[in-house]
Amino acid sequence: MSDLSSKLNTGMVEKYRNNFLKEVEANVEEGDWVKMCMQCGVCSGSCPLGAHWDHPPQELFMMIRAGKRDEVLQSTSMWMCTSCYNCIVRCPRELPITHIMHGLAHYATRLGIEPKGQPTRQFAQLFWDNLAKHGRVNELWLGVNLYFMNGIVEGIKVALGMAGIGLGMLKSGRLSLKELIGGHTVKDKKGFHAMIKKAQELEAARVDGSN
Amino acid sequence: MATKEYSFYPGCSSQEGASSSNYLKSVQSMCDVLDIKLNVIPDWNCCSASIGYCGGGELPRLALSARNIALSEQHNAGQDIVATCAACWLATKETQERLDDDAGLMEETNVALAEAGLKLENKSKIRHMVEVLIEDIGFEEMGKHVTKPLDGIKIAGYVGCQTNRPFGIEGESFENPKYLDKFIETMGAEPVENYDKKVSCCGGALAFSEPEKSQALIKDIIEAAYDGGADMIVTPCPVCQMNVEVYQDKINAKYGTKFNIPVTYYSTLMSVAYGKNGKESGLNGQIIKAKQLEAIASK
Amino acid sequence: MADEMKIGAYICKGCGIGERLDAGQLEMTATRDGKAKVCQQHDFLCSEAGVKMIQDDIDNEGVNHVVIAACSRRAKTEAFNFENVTLSRANLREGVIWVRPDTDDQQETTQEMADDYIRMACAESKFMHIPASSGQQSVNKNILIAGGGVSGMTAAIEASKAGYPCTIVEKTAALGGATAQLYKKIPTKAPYTDPEDNGVAELIAAVEADSNITVCLNSTLTKTAGAPGRFEADISTESGSTETKPFGAIVQASGFTPYDANQLPEFSYGKNKDVVTQAELEALAITANGGAIKRPSDGKEVQSVLFIQCAGQRSKKEGHLEHCSGYCCNASIKQAMYFKDQNADVDTTVLYTDLRTPGAGGENFYRSGQNKGITFRKGVASEVADGANPTVKFKDLILDEDLEQEVDLVVLATGMVANAGEPTREQITISENEAKEAGNEYKVSVESILNLDYRQGKDVPHMGNGFADSHFICFPYETQRTGIYTAGPTRRPMDSQQAMDDAMGAAMKAIAATENSGLGKAAHPRVADLSFPSVRLEGCTQCKRCTVECPFGAIDEDERGFPQFNESRCRRCGTCMGACPVRVISFENYSIDTVGQQLKAVDIPDEFDEKPRMLVLACENDAYPALDMAAQNKLEYSAFVRVIPVRCLGSVSLSWITDSLNSGYDGIMLMGCPSGDDYQCHFVKGSLMAQERMSKVGDTLESLSLEKERVQTFEISITDIHKVPKIINDMADTIEQIGMSPFKF
Repeated sequence: MSDLSSKLNTGMVEKYRNNFLKEVEANVEEGDWVKMCMQCGVCSGSCPLGAHWDHPPQELFMMIRAGKRDEVLQSTSMWMCTSCYNCIVRCPRELPITHIMHGLAHYATRLGIEPKGQPTRQFAQLFWDNLAKHGRVNELWLGVNLYFMNGIVEGIKVALGMAGIGLGMLKSGRLSLKELIGGHTVKDKKGFHAMIKKAQELEAARVDGSN
Repeated sequence: MATKEYSFYPGCSSQEGASSSNYLKSVQSMCDVLDIKLNVIPDWNCCSASIGYCGGGELPRLALSARNIALSEQHNAGQDIVATCAACWLATKETQERLDDDAGLMEETNVALAEAGLKLENKSKIRHMVEVLIEDIGFEEMGKHVTKPLDGIKIAGYVGCQTNRPFGIEGESFENPKYLDKFIETMGAEPVENYDKKVSCCGGALAFSEPEKSQALIKDIIEAAYDGGADMIVTPCPVCQMNVEVYQDKINAKYGTKFNIPVTYYSTLMSVAYGKNGKESGLNGQIIKAKQLEAIASK
Repeated sequence: MADEMKIGAYICKGCGIGERLDAGQLEMTATRDGKAKVCQQHDFLCSEAGVKMIQDDIDNEGVNHVVIAACSRRAKTEAFNFENVTLSRANLREGVIWVRPDTDDQQETTQEMADDYIRMACAESKFMHIPASSGQQSVNKNILIAGGGVSGMTAAIEASKAGYPCTIVEKTAALGGATAQLYKKIPTKAPYTDPEDNGVAELIAAVEADSNITVCLNSTLTKTAGAPGRFEADISTESGSTETKPFGAIVQASGFTPYDANQLPEFSYGKNKDVVTQAELEALAITANGGAIKRPSDGKEVQSVLFIQCAGQRSKKEGHLEHCSGYCCNASIKQAMYFKDQNADVDTTVLYTDLRTPGAGGENFYRSGQNKGITFRKGVASEVADGANPTVKFKDLILDEDLEQEVDLVVLATGMVANAGEPTREQITISENEAKEAGNEYKVSVESILNLDYRQGKDVPHMGNGFADSHFICFPYETQRTGIYTAGPTRRPMDSQQAMDDAMGAAMKAIAATENSGLGKAAHPRVADLSFPSVRLEGCTQCKRCTVECPFGAIDEDERGFPQFNESRCRRCGTCMGACPVRVISFENYSIDTVGQQLKAVDIPDEFDEKPRMLVLACENDAYPALDMAAQNKLEYSAFVRVIPVRCLGSVSLSWITDSLNSGYDGIMLMGCPSGDDYQCHFVKGSLMAQERMSKVGDTLESLSLEKERVQTFEISITDIHKVPKIINDMADTIEQIGMSPFKF
């Protein structure tokens, strides 16, 4: 996968040479909208985690237009999106900013140049793997995987720190150890997996195949 | 009034032993009183919420919700799809909109669905439970069923993000929606006026990955509720409920606060006001016990 | 006037006046103190029956001075509209009952207030006369239009359609002005996505086909004399012949001159041929005529172009323009489209600090530009380096980085300099004196447009940044010279569509001016006022204050230095009356006496009665309406105040202040409009003049040993509804602190 993505990345650089905006328009979810930003900054000012972005959305849009490919795709910024949709409803140009942020994050992942240790990136990947496996999210495994994503030692520390919360959830019946074995799942796993695989193939053909 | 039937999308967090199973419990009690029948979409799957984007590209994510809509159209034909979870509702509604706007994506989605033997018409109306309550039942009717008014409780109506944006509830503003306050009032409790953090973000899924940043947001949400004189907080969103309730000890440890405020769902209030007992209202699912509600429920 | 004066006073008891006040007492005041020969009460005076009662007295009883004691003079003006009589209004509703609490303990002071307003209205009535014609009137429907660009042509076409013959005087050899030099213009129609044909040919054809429009090309105005209704203009051709023609009104549509880019050496203008202005790019686009645009230096097809917005404008730097020219952002978007529409691969960048796209379609046009792939960068250019290709050095304000971009062509968005003519005589004198002190000689560097034969200067006064504007919100298209209206970029920066819209407004104003002056009626804001200033020349000391202070240049001087009034240039503000130290200027219905006798008619109680008296002289345009609205909102104020409306604070004579102080008033408040750069004075500088004069009242107060707090001037906007009652009540508090005036007799 990493060989594949690195090949894809090189291919994209080659293909769009000077025009990162065009690359974004062609390959990023809702990327068509990037050119319509008018740089008012309402998105940046509306973001609940705005202070933690290296480059707030408005700036990312300008960087895309200025051809700053690596700085955009390797940025941790869009991984700060909490999906609160404040920017979307306030944008005077009605850009689907939340979706563009998700799209940029996904595209960077697809190219294999996303910031590897970024915690939200890791959690988001775990979440997807979790749901893609069973068709439904298994909250217990999600939590366990999350706490141990940085290794056993770190994981035990984090897990101990969260033990109070986990205990509370267990006591109130909102976390079940039954999930460790079996747990919730869709019945038609075969059809579900075939559907996801087909969707991934179609999408790959659109993005990767356009080389 | 005749029984109202809906195609119901419960979502992962409402499953047995999951984080908002108590939400589902209270919804069931509430629907029982209001004569609402919820027909679960058979074999529904996860919507991927708003955090599935790393691994899932646009089309695979659209396929997830498309599968649910298709299953509903097949098994619960003619019924509106109703979700109780903000993220489930949002992802499904977004999928419907995106596929309506883009014939190419619609075609590809159907190719993928065919692998699971399904076909999407994409004609079902996709609604949040609060829309059903406001639009199909109405506040007046909801009020008629109150047998134990929640007298003397002051409640901060925390609407949060995804029930409010980008779609929101018809006729409400993004910056200051009023419906949750009306629910509170209808159940006989007193809403906090001008609750400052009514539509602020709790960090959502980032509560897991960026705990410190998210807890700073949550702290403000709770603080504003206390500032408004609230006894408790009520919300329509499972992620909001969980984030605002479960981290209070951690926030207290970090910021030296003394937060201990119960956070429940609108349906919890309704269930109790409709005379259901604590268990039926999901009160045993509270980590921070809602003692005032418990007292009323056990009367 | 030959008839004997007969005052008829009519007291309304409607709107609660009858319940709150003793009408019998008011009637007694009118007849005993006010000397009204006829006095009647009515339950509903503005009703048909009430109005008929008054009209019957005028027709049958010989009443020729009517006093209405009812609501504010601003209310029910249509009902109380009688011919051939003078009309005074005692404001019992907004002025008394609505601002006083309805309680028994306040009844006495409230009634006293009402009685005083009756006395004041009767006193005013006694000194008012029915305005008679000046005999200066003449109707001339011909409209002179200075400038043959799209503004001038539109004004001519519109006025002609309404039946007013027009003469266009155009300096160059052809009609069309600046717009004719455009390859295409900013779109004017939905969906506002693409540049549009400039439309000049159609306009010229319409002008040429109109027999009501005369066009004088290669011509200028070498002299413009007279006044609205009787202007005389000398139209001189390049070849030297001059023709004098009479006009009723003038539209000045003299356009703009592009800013001289040679003042921008930092952008290598003049050094590098591939640095051009927007106007020069239009010429390149006309040459290309839809094909690839080629750059001037080597004829290479342009592959990359960068537009520098705000070049030499919106800047306080020496030699730069301070204003935003308003059209250049849209113009750059349009010009970038010249490239993009021909070849989408041309790299087009617009470097802006604030992109401003005014007009109905501006935002759509901006979006269309973004859709077509124009790159908009928020940044400031510091330098264009000369070279085979110019290199633009700039700071990107979003990325906060200093960057460079090498391009085939640089376009400078330079701004507009108004063709507004010479400064006023007063301003020229100031500049001459300044130059003299510095040992230099001052020369007016611009050509006059109108060459007015007015005492106060050859052109209409400029407002801000050299544009010939007045106050657009309150007085659209008006200049400070009655009967002369500006349209297009000479008035303020704008694009061609805005200029054409502007021209229609100015044409309508010009039409109204010809008609009003023909009837001897005032122009805005005292529309239809028939009175005009008259002067007792035998008392005049030739001090020239009236001629200097008139905001509208209405007064010339004869060879002996006596003022010469031009009725139709006059707006009837009375600033001349307020200026005159010997009180020889007056209007028939507004004079030193009509106000002076009112303030003397107020009953001043004994010092020991603890009933002070305060006087408000309130501008009728803003302060008086604000007081009325305060009353409508039932905001209370002191019962010790008496309000007299004045036409403008500029008309306030110092004698009124002195008389009031001598009569024993305890406090005086002058309420006028805001002055200064953002003035709201309906007569431009009336409130400013008043402030200047009042600054000298201190001496008078000192000579009377009175506290300076007793006379105060306030700037009031029409929206200051909550402020006005507070000012009055604060003055009442002040008087309570400093004590009553000792001048009560």
